[in-house]
Amino acid sequence: MGPLAPNEIISEDTNFLLAFFIGIAFGWVLESSGFSSSRKLAGVFYGYDAVVLKVFFTAAITAMLGLLFMSLFGWIDLNLVYINPTYLTSAIVGGVVMGAGFIMGGFCPGTSFCGAAIGKIDAMVFIGGLFIGIYGFAFTYGWWEKLYLAKYLGEPKVSEVLGLSDGVFGLLLILVALAMFAVAEWAEKKFPREAY
Amino acid sequence: MTTTKETRANRYLNPYLGGVLLGLVLLSANFISGRGLGASGAVKSVIAFTIEKADRNAAGKMPFLNEYAESHSGNPLKTWLVFQMLGVVVGGFLSGALAGRLKLKVEHSPGITSRRRLIFALAGGILFGFGSQLGRGCTSGSALSGMAVLSLGGFVTMMAIFGTAFMLAYFFRKNWI
Repeated sequence: MGPLAPNEIISEDTNFLLAFFIGIAFGWVLESSGFSSSRKLAGVFYGYDAVVLKVFFTAAITAMLGLLFMSLFGWIDLNLVYINPTYLTSAIVGGVVMGAGFIMGGFCPGTSFCGAAIGKIDAMVFIGGLFIGIYGFAFTYGWWEKLYLAKYLGEPKVSEVLGLSDGVFGLLLILVALAMFAVAEWAEKKFPREAY
Repeated sequence: MTTTKETRANRYLNPYLGGVLLGLVLLSANFISGRGLGASGAVKSVIAFTIEKADRNAAGKMPFLNEYAESHSGNPLKTWLVFQMLGVVVGGFLSGALAGRLKLKVEHSPGITSRRRLIFALAGGILFGFGSQLGRGCTSGSALSGMAVLSLGGFVTMMAIFGTAFMLAYFFRKNWI
């Protein structure tokens, strides 16, 4: 049955329309969780507000478990679902650059659009930066091409790399997340949060 | 009466509930469209579109955007992520409007000026934009969506983003605490 668009159960135009509705839900959840505030987002790195960690890992686990169960029930063909390819070098270097951007700018791309939607000027300026950064990468691509294409590993699953079944890996991830949530709750009590 | 601090905090969703809901949105994207969520890719589409409109030759000189244009035949703005990001803006606006959070302002720690906040926001945006292209996706497209499909790259990027931000947090503490 699923995924619907790759199986041509819905047309391309319907897929785009649904993308818009999925986006509405995405933006709604991000904003109502507080992701439109850079001070809330950055809080995770100082322990005074761990909302990012809680929402992010709960979401990753929910979607991962949902996909595993749907696949088990035969509702979705995971071979037709896009799996992000792994280029190890650029995954690390790109992540490091993004991490620096996160602590300086206080947003990531998705959350900056949420912030801008409710009038945060700092989010709008961050989006301006995104345009410059992405254009800058495209403009200077020749310099980074080797790095961009280095250490291509295909589309390995993290469970395969660790020699675990998807289910066992999923369980371990849940346990790790629960441990992090416990630390997060402790940190939020220890580091005071001002009203903002 | 509760204090201002508590009423403000209470207006947000419980983070674990928010996480489950976000997970279900991501699951729907996978079930309906066979792909995850994203954000930076939509900005790239707008840039590709603008450059193509402004100067056809300029796009040809940029292999990175050229490759992208070839894999997205037709209008570069007619992509899944562009429609999704339009939805994000609408959804974020509706949520903020209903919670009474619509306000034009520069949000920053009381310890710094608006000007300093904006300079860092710009610098952070530039780095995030650059890194998202090098890393083939941002927190949404690479880290979160990649983790849901157990992609090794997704986990690596997630750890690199959060690990780096934690390591650098000390140097930028004045901006936040």
